[in-house]
Amino acid sequence: MHRTGELYGQFETLEQQKDTATLGMWIFLVTEVLFFGGLFLTYTVNRHNYFTAFGVGGNMLDLTLGTTNTVVLIASSFTMAMSVWSAQTDRKKLLPLFLILTLILGCGFLGIKYVEYKQKFDHHLVPGHSFDLTYRINHPSPNDNPKELEDERKEIEDAIRTEASGTPAEQLTALNAHAQLYFSLYFGMTGLHALHMIVGAGLLIWAIKESFKGRFTAAYNTPIEIVGLYWHFVDIVWIYLFALLYLINRHSV
Amino acid sequence: MTEHVVSPKIYVIILCALLLGTYLTVTAALRDFGPWNIVIALAIATTKAVLVVLFFMHAKYSPKRTQLVIACAVFWLALLLFMTMSDYFTRVDYRGIRYPVSQNFSLSLSLHS
Repeated sequence: MHRTGELYGQFETLEQQKDTATLGMWIFLVTEVLFFGGLFLTYTVNRHNYFTAFGVGGNMLDLTLGTTNTVVLIASSFTMAMSVWSAQTDRKKLLPLFLILTLILGCGFLGIKYVEYKQKFDHHLVPGHSFDLTYRINHPSPNDNPKELEDERKEIEDAIRTEASGTPAEQLTALNAHAQLYFSLYFGMTGLHALHMIVGAGLLIWAIKESFKGRFTAAYNTPIEIVGLYWHFVDIVWIYLFALLYLINRHSV
Repeated sequence: MTEHVVSPKIYVIILCALLLGTYLTVTAALRDFGPWNIVIALAIATTKAVLVVLFFMHAKYSPKRTQLVIACAVFWLALLLFMTMSDYFTRVDYRGIRYPVSQNFSLSLSLHS
């Protein structure tokens, strides 16, 4: 059976019915806040403990790609908000258009994220056996900017000195261990965020399909509103990920 | 009572504010404000998040009980962060050395003497 906005027995008005559904979505989002909150907490505690290694790790992210992704995601939140408005005002042609735009921007975000991940794999910055902060400066590719590599070398040399005493090789091992902690959290948090984006894309595909059938009207648009809440929540998570993972300690470069 | 429809004009204003915030936060991150860099980054991120919640997510126009649920989320998150951080950031080990010991021994403060 398809729900098309008929009033169920336990509610007095359609408005009450919609408020209840929205409230349920918000309660789910509260659990999501605490779900991501635990990761943000882990990140903060480790950033506090190993601030130098985390600073080096953060500076190895691509700020241009990160900023582009932030803009793409903010734009997708805007088109999602416009989708909700189209549904509420019964614009049956505009609704699928805005939903498709949102989906395209969401996929664009994931595409850019793929480019970033690929870069980290190429530079041996994925936690594990072959992790090496100095891989890129020791194996430069022809398109690398020499000044950028020189800054990176200088930063790593400075960072090594802040690790506990030992030979320089031992200090580099310690720095690599702590930078791996940063990249574990980077991949964990952005990966979980990307997973949420993929779920959101699935929800959008469903919403686009249903909107072409003309199912959503001014009287009944609860699913669009709820998909919107989810999408905006994922946007907020990224706003914080961008600030915490990409932006802290940039000026030292 | 009919539901509140937020006009596209407001959505466009919020979009511009969010893009401006992104521009400001990247510009600020590339300058040296010492310990204030992280404060600025988080303040701008929080401002952006509040704008998204209030207008894109319609929290400003939601029933009071929905707003209460949102406030609860913020409160529980604050509790989680505050309680755990106040533990980790003040931890001292059995030698009286601040946790962690892996970074720069000379900076560690002995609280026993």
